[in-house]
Amino acid sequence: MPDALSVAGAVPHASDGRAGLTRLRRRPEFWLLLVILIVGALFSALAPGFLSLPNVIDLLETYSVQAVMAMGLFVVLVAGGIDISFAATASVSQYCAALLASQMGLPAPLVILAGLLIGTALGCLNAALIFYLRITSIIATIAMMSVSFSLLMYFSGGRSIYTLPDWWTTRITFFQTETASGDLARITLPIVLMIVVALVTWAMMTRLSVGRQLYAMGGNAEAARRIGVPIARLHFVAYGYLGFTAALAGMLQAHRVGESVPNAFANTELAVLSAAVLGGASLTGGIGTVPGVLLGIVLLAMLQNGLNLLGVSSYFFQIVIGLTILVSTSVTVISSRRGRRLRGIGEASTHG
Amino acid sequence: MEEEVPFLRLSGLSKRFGGVRALEDIDWDVRPGEVHCLVGENGCGKSTLIKTVAGVHPPSAGTIEIEGKDVLPLDPAKAKALGIQVIFQDLSLFPNLSVAENIAVESHLDGALKPVRTGQMKAIARRVLARLDLTLDLSALVSDLSVAERQIVAIARGLAAQARLIFMDEPTASLTRAEVDRLLAIVARLKADGIAVVFVSHRLDEVVEIAERVTVMRDGRKVGTWPVHEVDQRRIAHLMTGLDIDHAVVARDMSAAPPLLEVRNLSRRGEFADVSFTLRKGEVLGLVGLLGAGRTELALTLFGMSRAEGGEILLDGKPLVLRSNREAVRAGIAYVSEDRLSLGVVLPQSIEDNVNLAVMKGLANRFGLIPPRRRRQLAGEWVKRLAIKIPGLDRPVQTLSGGNQQRVVLAKWLAAAPKLLILDSPTVGVDIKNKQGIYEVVAELAARGVGVLLISDEVSEVFATCDRVLHMRAGRLVGETVPGRISEHEMEERIYA
Repeated sequence: MPDALSVAGAVPHASDGRAGLTRLRRRPEFWLLLVILIVGALFSALAPGFLSLPNVIDLLETYSVQAVMAMGLFVVLVAGGIDISFAATASVSQYCAALLASQMGLPAPLVILAGLLIGTALGCLNAALIFYLRITSIIATIAMMSVSFSLLMYFSGGRSIYTLPDWWTTRITFFQTETASGDLARITLPIVLMIVVALVTWAMMTRLSVGRQLYAMGGNAEAARRIGVPIARLHFVAYGYLGFTAALAGMLQAHRVGESVPNAFANTELAVLSAAVLGGASLTGGIGTVPGVLLGIVLLAMLQNGLNLLGVSSYFFQIVIGLTILVSTSVTVISSRRGRRLRGIGEASTHG
Repeated sequence: MEEEVPFLRLSGLSKRFGGVRALEDIDWDVRPGEVHCLVGENGCGKSTLIKTVAGVHPPSAGTIEIEGKDVLPLDPAKAKALGIQVIFQDLSLFPNLSVAENIAVESHLDGALKPVRTGQMKAIARRVLARLDLTLDLSALVSDLSVAERQIVAIARGLAAQARLIFMDEPTASLTRAEVDRLLAIVARLKADGIAVVFVSHRLDEVVEIAERVTVMRDGRKVGTWPVHEVDQRRIAHLMTGLDIDHAVVARDMSAAPPLLEVRNLSRRGEFADVSFTLRKGEVLGLVGLLGAGRTELALTLFGMSRAEGGEILLDGKPLVLRSNREAVRAGIAYVSEDRLSLGVVLPQSIEDNVNLAVMKGLANRFGLIPPRRRRQLAGEWVKRLAIKIPGLDRPVQTLSGGNQQRVVLAKWLAAAPKLLILDSPTVGVDIKNKQGIYEVVAELAARGVGVLLISDEVSEVFATCDRVLHMRAGRLVGETVPGRISEHEMEERIYA
């Protein structure tokens, strides 16, 4: 009998180098990195300024706001949901915080705390709608996006707030260096914050039980319920965390531009969602990694910036993004499908 | 032995859902380390019984004792803590997580901010698999495993959670013979460790093979419990259904009938090679072999889903080149897939829609529109002829039991009036009474001149339904037998030797 039993383990083993390579080839991060390297090489050949340190740092800073949001969205996607309302949440939190700071003159810690609380509360409201009222997440969050964004426009009258206090708009530099060409390259608050949020999200999702519970729920919600995973709590964790990161991103954006514009985040949700999907986060839940999502942001940033440097129309950029998403997702599907077919034949031969 | 305190004892257990009695006055016990089989038709109360013991449903009356102590009221967490584990038919695994994480999933459960200890989880998984004397790649994703391997993961998860009694709901429904043997060996190991296993199964040959005792249920009541050597398959079948089911050999000599399908030297790289056979009009031809022998692959090629790389197919004496399964349907070929849940029916759609799916064109009037009355008539007729139990034609297929879903699939293809019907493991997961229904449909079709290619894992099935049986091994046809000319046992030996 032991002979027959060992056949059950007919899966290639991790120690097997070829299996490791196969597994790597099936990871979307691997393909994404490859594409990024190719695109990077291409642009640096065509646009000489592209790979310069100041340009890269500038790019990082520009995309830090989207990256912070993407971290929150990634958590919701892994949990098996989706959220369209986070950009509206970011606007609302930002504007409310700006009002508190400019009109009432509240101190920095209180303003920041209030902004984060508003974002988290809006996220938790999404969670409640989705979990308790069983509204499909895309419907609930589209509705919430309409409601919160329209309320913001109604009460603000679309007026921007230009009188942000100095503590908010002063640039904070952690590290700076002069390049050979005499330009300044600064590591500023947005970049540092992006790194911190990415690290926290990564640690939460891979190193804490709550993250693994989120992956489990996204992978098989019914099985998760059966073995006693706290489904309700996880909904609040996921959507609340996205609300939190959205609020953080909102205030960060105001910090960068020095003002609060109510519709500053128009269409941001789709750009961030594209980046997450590009990075391998599955819309059906349970699949995705922090590095993958970050690589997705990097690719989008590179494409936009590179095409910009080459003087290509911004409409063309949208076309390229669309095509990139189609190509990258189909490459992932095709490579995993091929792996499966080869395995099937391998099994057939072992029975010979 | 008889004096021993049973691990689980139910007394007078009843369960009502509204006015419906699901369980009626059940007295039942499971001994420590026992392998016990619980059999019964679909809807006899087996699942309700499991869920009641697992703490999902509170009983309406009666007591549940574990090791002599009354444990009511019971909830799922408490049942688990008492060592009761249920492996549901869908296995309830997480396809996106690794083998180790699935097995040691319980270590994530308490608390939210506990650190994940990958090493510890792997150690748990390794220890449990070692107890089963099995190896699996611990970091492989469950979505990459075969069904049999997933089942091992599910069992291992139960063991990791300190199971003392494991319910396995239809564990063999999607396994081949070789995999079933492997599973039975695992069950033997569990037993040696003092863990009781309750098998819920439709496939009676297994029941007789491994259990010590068999409990038969019918209509929410316990018919009785017997030591396994006191009953045989025929008697169990009788107890389950109240019917006597005849498994006489039906093989006919069809060599005079005109050939319907001729397959010559058909090959497809990595799947099958040099396959030649003839299927005559009105003949039921069996195709048996292990999983991976190439049976399903051959069927898919005959149905136009994949293309042969060599050889030819003749239908009614004319060469047949299929570029898609639509062309196969147009040529009069119907295929009922093995995996009815994903390929055969559109689960959320209505029974009527599903039955009509393959014949849309034929129903259309001269304006190309399909009159609803004709659709309903056609669906109604097949529902009646196949005795499908349905609440209404407009109900989604997913509300039906497995056996009835299977018959909806059958109806869908029969409505298309095919010349050639390919049935891939049509009775997997179907209980005896419904199986008999499917066999009758097959016989009826054959009598009307339809050629049937029946792919099966169960020798007893092809033995009782086919005129001839082809054996496939590693992508090649290696033999042909006629039921009745050799015994069922001999046939089994030849195929699985």
